Amino acid sequence: MKRRRCKGAAVIELENVAYSYGGGELLSEISLTLQPGSFHFLTGPSGAGKTTLLKLCYGALVPTAGHLSLFETEVRSMTRDDIALARRRIGVVHQDCQFLDHLPVADNIALPLTVSGRDTLEQESNLKELTAWVGLSHRAHAFPPELSGGERQRAALARAVIMSPDVVLADEPTGNVDWEMSLRLLHLLAELNRMGKTIMIATHDLALIRAAKTQVQARVLRISNRRLQLAGADL
Amino acid sequence: MSRETRGAFAIVAGDAQADRVVPPTGFTAWLTLFSAAAMAFLAVFAVALALATGRLADRWSEELARTSTVRISAPEGQMAAQTEAALKVLRTTEGVKSARALSDTEQRELLEPWFGPDVPVEALPIPRLIEIVETGEGYDPQGLRLRLSAEVPGAVLDDHTRWRRPLVRAAGRLRFLGWVSLALIGGATAAMITLAARAALAANSQVISVLRLVGARDSYIAQAFVRRFTLRALTGAAVGAALGVVAILLLPRAQAEGGFLTGLGFQGVHWLWPLAVPPLAALVGYVATRAAALGTLRDLP
Ligand SMILES: Nc1ncnc2c1ncn2[C@@H]1O[C@H](COP(=O)(O)OP(=O)(O)OP(=O)(O)O)[C@@H](O)[C@H]1O
Ligand SMILES: [Mg+2]
Repeated sequence: MKRRRCKGAAVIELENVAYSYGGGELLSEISLTLQPGSFHFLTGPSGAGKTTLLKLCYGALVPTAGHLSLFETEVRSMTRDDIALARRRIGVVHQDCQFLDHLPVADNIALPLTVSGRDTLEQESNLKELTAWVGLSHRAHAFPPELSGGERQRAALARAVIMSPDVVLADEPTGNVDWEMSLRLLHLLAELNRMGKTIMIATHDLALIRAAKTQVQARVLRISNRRLQLAGADL
Repeated sequence: MSRETRGAFAIVAGDAQADRVVPPTGFTAWLTLFSAAAMAFLAVFAVALALATGRLADRWSEELARTSTVRISAPEGQMAAQTEAALKVLRTTEGVKSARALSDTEQRELLEPWFGPDVPVEALPIPRLIEIVETGEGYDPQGLRLRLSAEVPGAVLDDHTRWRRPLVRAAGRLRFLGWVSLALIGGATAAMITLAARAALAANSQVISVLRLVGARDSYIAQAFVRRFTLRALTGAAVGAALGVVAILLLPRAQAEGGFLTGLGFQGVHWLWPLAVPPLAALVGYVATRAAALGTLRDLP
């Protein structure tokens, strides 16, 4: 595996990245460095490419141009197994929160442990704690299709952080929850950030961003016209 | 332990967790079981056919290679003299290893199946038989026939090869076809399991994408499918092979001379063959599913 040197020990680094799904370029000249412990918001109009950018960041998509490194390794030189291992260090909250519908919520939250073979008793208590943390203790034995939208998002967040990953990438984690729950989820993410985790949240919710500014040092990025801009000043 | 051995070990030992991440697939499971059983049943017959025709071909060609007969039909008084003359000719014929007149007792034994034990063979005007054992190269039947007709008027050379050779060839061909059938059954099983595995993978694309999202390796995901299909192939084939063996054991018995059809069974170490069918089916299932799964997963993002 080829290692690329870069300033600091960036967790995820994009350099002049472009992406297109086959038609015209959706994202162009994207340069972004996620330093360890940083907190980013990603905004932009619907269809701007927020989800696409997050997918690039967890190796689900490969840039059509430019360089992208995950944990200082160029993504094009990574094997499928390397990507799988990198994913264990990146917790992802998917926009449409996919689960294994035939397994109970608790098993779904523990899934990253299961697939990495770290399914131990010690983790069992972690799981209980985490399920309580997202307020799903009473729903632990329910099946995902029985959950409300907000419950799904909380379960997805719990699943994203159970491996204690270095990075959490969350796509609209508060899309379906009330304001109070949004603040609670934000509080969870801020707490993770204080523990040194790198966080990036794609969201439309400007109120949430404002609320976050009182808790963490967050940078706000905005995708517009295929480019990525720093949008801190106007908030 | 290599990754492969560990994989094979996990198949046997079982990894309930890995199995659980893929939802159960009721109906295709039964279809796979049934097809594996049917294929194993057929495989047992194909093996039995190949082995039986093989034994037949071996026996016939062994007899073929060794012997032919000279038949002497002569009036009572000349029988002994003509037999002696024929033996003399045979002894000086190149390619004849030995020649021997059959005794009365031996001739009676030969006739017994046709006339029963009580027939007074001595009273019948039956020809005397001389058994010829050939050398490896064999004799020239045309030349021998000419010499015999010149020196022993009552002698007829009966060269079994003339009518047996095509039979041996047919038996040999049948044995070959038996093995070809077995290979085809193996291939069809692999194709069937590949299709079933691909269908299962396609039906579970959402499960696969979730597993990839949380950092599952391809080999882990493949394992869940491989384990299932291997166990199904093994179970189905065990049932099918057992039924095949029972069906063969239930074939009506006849005497040893009954020939080809009643010879359709397993003898001695050949019993290992039907026992080998289920593990072979499991191996086919393992290889086919693994190839299908890893191939399909490689095409997914
Ligand atoms: N797999 C795909 N194939 C082709 N086009 C796609 C694909 N996924 C997304 N797109 C297109 O790319 C554009 C950006 O999609 P993306 O999901 O990244 O937007 P987004 O900023 O996350 O939007 P939203 O705020 O609505 O979630 C959209 O126009 C979408 O239709
Ligand atoms: Mg989106």
